[in-house]
Amino acid sequence: MPDTATLLFLEQSLNALQFGMMLFMITAGLTLVFGIMDLVNLAHGSQFMFGAFIAAWVAGETGNFYLAVVVAIVLTMALGFLMEVTVLRHFYKRHHLDQVLVTFGFILILNEVARALWGAQGLSLALPDALNRSVPLLPGLDYSLYRFVFIVCGIVVSVFLYVLIVKTRIGMLIRAGASDRDMVRGLGVNIGLLFTFVFGLGAALAGLSGALAAPIMSATIGMGEPILIIAFVVIVLGGVGNVKGAFWAALLIGFIDTLGRSYMAAIISFLAGDSVSAALAPSLSGMLIYLLMACVLVVRPEGLFARRAG
Amino acid sequence: MKPSVKMLATMAAAVAAFAMPVGASAETIKLGLVTTFTTSAGAGGEATKRGVDLALEMLGKKMGGHDIELLVEDDGLKPEIGKQKTDKLILQDRVDFLLGYNYSNVLLASFPSAVENETFIISTNAGPHQLAGDYCNPWFFAVGFQNGQAPAAVGHVLNEAGTKSIYALAPNYAAGKDMVEGVISTFEGEVVGTSMTKWPDQLDFSSELASVRAANPEAVFVFYPPAHALQFVTQYQQAGLKETIPLYSVYTFDALTIPSIGEPAIGAQMALFWSIDLENEANRKFVEAFRAKYNRNPSNFAATAYDTVMLIDSVVRKLDGDMSDKDAVRAALKAADFSSVRGNFRFGNNHFPIHDFYQIEVVQGEDGELTTKIVKKVLSDFQDVYAGNCSMN
Repeated sequence: MPDTATLLFLEQSLNALQFGMMLFMITAGLTLVFGIMDLVNLAHGSQFMFGAFIAAWVAGETGNFYLAVVVAIVLTMALGFLMEVTVLRHFYKRHHLDQVLVTFGFILILNEVARALWGAQGLSLALPDALNRSVPLLPGLDYSLYRFVFIVCGIVVSVFLYVLIVKTRIGMLIRAGASDRDMVRGLGVNIGLLFTFVFGLGAALAGLSGALAAPIMSATIGMGEPILIIAFVVIVLGGVGNVKGAFWAALLIGFIDTLGRSYMAAIISFLAGDSVSAALAPSLSGMLIYLLMACVLVVRPEGLFARRAG
Repeated sequence: MKPSVKMLATMAAAVAAFAMPVGASAETIKLGLVTTFTTSAGAGGEATKRGVDLALEMLGKKMGGHDIELLVEDDGLKPEIGKQKTDKLILQDRVDFLLGYNYSNVLLASFPSAVENETFIISTNAGPHQLAGDYCNPWFFAVGFQNGQAPAAVGHVLNEAGTKSIYALAPNYAAGKDMVEGVISTFEGEVVGTSMTKWPDQLDFSSELASVRAANPEAVFVFYPPAHALQFVTQYQQAGLKETIPLYSVYTFDALTIPSIGEPAIGAQMALFWSIDLENEANRKFVEAFRAKYNRNPSNFAATAYDTVMLIDSVVRKLDGDMSDKDAVRAALKAADFSSVRGNFRFGNNHFPIHDFYQIEVVQGEDGELTTKIVKKVLSDFQDVYAGNCSMN
């Protein structure tokens, strides 16, 4: 039977994988919107929050978790369409700063709407009994079944996006639009419809990740903003508009953040003693991914996984 | 120039304003409440305001015949905003008393303005050790608690239960650190690990829970205020730890979080200076009135906020509304001549409470609702350990 340290490492690796998958699901939509539509959508985090709240609320009312997830995806996509059609489509040609301002406004509005609808305390989502248990993956290693399901969902979404983008006509239009928007328009493609589709897809992905995260993190007001920040770090590392890059970057960040938090205290203790570790470790481990982002921006600003031109 | 009606009216108003006597017996007492209404910690701020509103309603919105004006500001859980709002209340609104401050970091950023401007600042909740010891000062009073007190009581409970090892988790900010230090100060066993999590952003504790599992302690001690209690306890249960390692906590399970957490909360052990079932006249009155007005159970946020308003009421009545003699106000505050909902209450030399602590657990009540229940008294007349560092007497 593997020893405790190995088991801990394996468990932390699974946690890292799960975190990475959650990040990917959130970031995929954001990077598509940013890359193809050149739209900075800060309200993406709020779509994540809405997905979580809708899922928690539907699950609370009906007792059916699976229905809750489906409803959350559909309604968040509807919210995305609403936002795009009423406000955001007028901002495609505007300066990024204008887009930041308007989507930031959306964050504030959506936070207050969520508070008006569901209260300041947040909603929890109790898992169905079938999912709410641990499974022994190895002797001595029990892992939360739900987190395992989460990882599987992430892989399914990745495969779905891969097939969509690489193997379908719409995916071809998306890739073309990411490379050269005006040329696609010149070829007679209805770019407005394409953009609306991409924005809706992004919202649906955000809603799905919110719905899946709700049992773990609970739906709370403002839960989208910290996630949004990390999502932008993933985009920086993966390259704007690059979904494959977002996948690997999300995994990388998942591992660095999770393993960093687990082992930072031990590493600093080893290097500089326990008291220094107690003072530094919590702050330093929280900083790791941002330090990485800063380095990447300096050394390779197009992203670690950017495709080469041509 | 022939005076217009508007000009005449303005002049009349100006004359009337000057004619109003200064320092009339019906002087309004101004209270400035600063607490957290937005962000995921908003529930605590709302609970604080409920306690304040209830107390004011029970006093008939008057203290000793004097009108009360309550100004309310939101600190958004940000120290710089808390300080801004505090400054506004002091300099622009000229409040007589500042109260509130649910979070230690916001309080520590805000209190210097109060001290500089000689305004009394009363914390209904946050109790950082800095203000109990080296930075104690004559303008600050804590009606809530000193952060380290409840964890120290939990340490005693753990010792009595024969626990030999614990793992401690708390958010990495002023109060989180105080809480962990508090439990270590009295716990006689071994602390096999500590995790200070990133606050307020970190909501996923999978990494820390894996470390807990690997360290295999006999019990886990946590401090996760209402912003994070729900997430932590849910994940603790999902990780399968709830069945194997008992959970001891402070300020994590209360009337705000227990309804959301639901069944996983049953059996949780904690220590506090107040519980809804505490037997005394003031508490009975408070709980009954709270339930009637708000149709829910009060939390400790509301209980200490209620106590704060009653304390201020005792001061105003004693001095008949005259807040000009600051030394007299301070003496009246120190006297704490009011019936606290926690029964035994007085201030120490550092203006922090000396009160009793109880071991409390979460149980299913007779009506099927989850609630907190006192197991037994753990500490009587307990003063915080920093009072000795305070130069006031």
